[in-house]
Amino acid sequence: MKATKERFSFLEYALFTLALIFALLLCLCVGSVPLPLSDTLRALWRGLWGQPLPDGVNKAILFSVRLPRVICVALSGAALSLCGAAMQGLLRNPLADGSTLGVSAGASLGAVIALAFGVAIPGLPYAGTMGMAMAFAFASLLLILSLAYALDRSFSTHSIILIGVIFSMFASALMSLVISFAGERIKSITFWTMGSLAGSNMDHALILLLALALCGGVLLRHTRELNAFAVGEDNARNVGVDVRRVKLTVLITVSVLIGVCVSIGGTISFVGLVTPHMARMLAGPNHKRLLPASMFLGAVFLLLSDLAARTLLSPIELSIGVVTSLVGAVAFVIIFRRTRKGG
Amino acid sequence: MLQAEHLTVRYGDFTAVDDLSFSLNAGDWLMLAGPNGAGKSTLLSALAQGLPYQGRVTLNGQNIRSLSPAARAREMGVLSQHHRVEYAYTVEEIVGLGRYAHERGFLFHRDSEGKNAMERALEITGLAPLRHQSALALSGGELQRVFLAQVFAQNPRILLLDEPANHLDLKYQQHIFDLIDIWRRQERRAVISVVHDLPLARRYGSRALLLHKGKCVRQGAMDQVMAPDCLRDVYEMDVYAWVRDLLEPWN
Repeated sequence: MKATKERFSFLEYALFTLALIFALLLCLCVGSVPLPLSDTLRALWRGLWGQPLPDGVNKAILFSVRLPRVICVALSGAALSLCGAAMQGLLRNPLADGSTLGVSAGASLGAVIALAFGVAIPGLPYAGTMGMAMAFAFASLLLILSLAYALDRSFSTHSIILIGVIFSMFASALMSLVISFAGERIKSITFWTMGSLAGSNMDHALILLLALALCGGVLLRHTRELNAFAVGEDNARNVGVDVRRVKLTVLITVSVLIGVCVSIGGTISFVGLVTPHMARMLAGPNHKRLLPASMFLGAVFLLLSDLAARTLLSPIELSIGVVTSLVGAVAFVIIFRRTRKGG
Repeated sequence: MLQAEHLTVRYGDFTAVDDLSFSLNAGDWLMLAGPNGAGKSTLLSALAQGLPYQGRVTLNGQNIRSLSPAARAREMGVLSQHHRVEYAYTVEEIVGLGRYAHERGFLFHRDSEGKNAMERALEITGLAPLRHQSALALSGGELQRVFLAQVFAQNPRILLLDEPANHLDLKYQQHIFDLIDIWRRQERRAVISVVHDLPLARRYGSRALLLHKGKCVRQGAMDQVMAPDCLRDVYEMDVYAWVRDLLEPWN
């Protein structure tokens, strides 16, 4: 077996970036109203410098609908995938992810409660919903992990997933209850269970970017600790990792990021499960390579899923979560089978 | 260098280690012996700070409770009994984790001392040819050597071992113990280990501490502690006769 470097080279990053730009442009150009690539590029360039747009490009479609949506999709994909990769390392559990652990369902419940009861922070739009989504995401994670620990001291993969699934159902049931009482004020239940980034705007994109930069920075600072945890929590303690501090830091960071994503795009299942696995096949388990690779792949994967959701049954638009769940469910079975084999 | 005074560990009402005091010098290999449930592994877990304890343990005059996890790892290394690796980390990556507590600065740079320590650890344990191998493809004995290399790379002053080789075949047992012995002598490090195999303990240990129901029965030089009468009282059997009988067919 040949030696691999600890970090990606400049060239590898350049390749990732190219793939991402290609996916972004593809998603900008393809849709119910197709935009030619050259016109789109020219319009983006001119739009960037505030110049008048060329003829034939629908400004509203490009700048108010497609661009914010595409940016939000890419950022959500990167964020959810990063969270999945970090949790899979921390819990040494290849099936861990916001949706399998019930964190996303918890965040949705928080957001729905905030909307139904009008929880808001004056002067800060979205802050009430997001704050509640983050708080509920963290509370769910704590609840699920402590329940799993209480029921099964060995903290096995299967009991954590089982409790996550049960908790997700419980949270979904509560969510339907709140939504049926709240009536018009809340987007449909499908939005919160399947996810959609159709209505995103530039404010959403900016919030996602800030959250990803901040939380991503924290997680990328902990790659060595995540490696130690992925080898084993006892091993992490033996080599000198402050186990409790790191665990809490990573779990809070992941909750914040999932909370923000869910409050903007609803629950988009399985992104955090599938892409870190693809990244692991590509980059190996070392988090110094795995986390950046997961972010890029997550962004590209969700962009393509969103494209499929928009175009497969056009003019009917599917929820993005339908596509990711279809792919994710199959991937889940494959990964589950592999872990059962002990591989 | 290590001083434990009135060390007591309780699980609820049950006292697993009762008012134990001992000391350890550089170059010592202290064997913790005693029947099942004597408190050997509990004592080791307390020293490794996994378990809360009463009493005082100091390392070169400093209370080990006041050390940060990283500072403690620079002083004290632990080799566990079993390892199960989930992801395909390479041998080199796992051994490299041993340098965690030594890496500092904004980028946690591994300096030349760190690289040397890693190379030496791979060299001593004979893992250099396997360095890019995935840990998932290794046998139990090889995996134990990988974690031994990790703790060598960590280069602690004291190494704590809980039955480090009892699930390995005889060849690997001897190999692991020889490696630890050479490292201890060359680097003037101290070792504390729990060993059930008394002939093995006698062969490698420089001192012993015999525990029974959480209390220290006898401690000191190997010959004193492993005296037949002393072992008979604790194990409730004639250990010497048993070992002799075991070897009889080969004589």
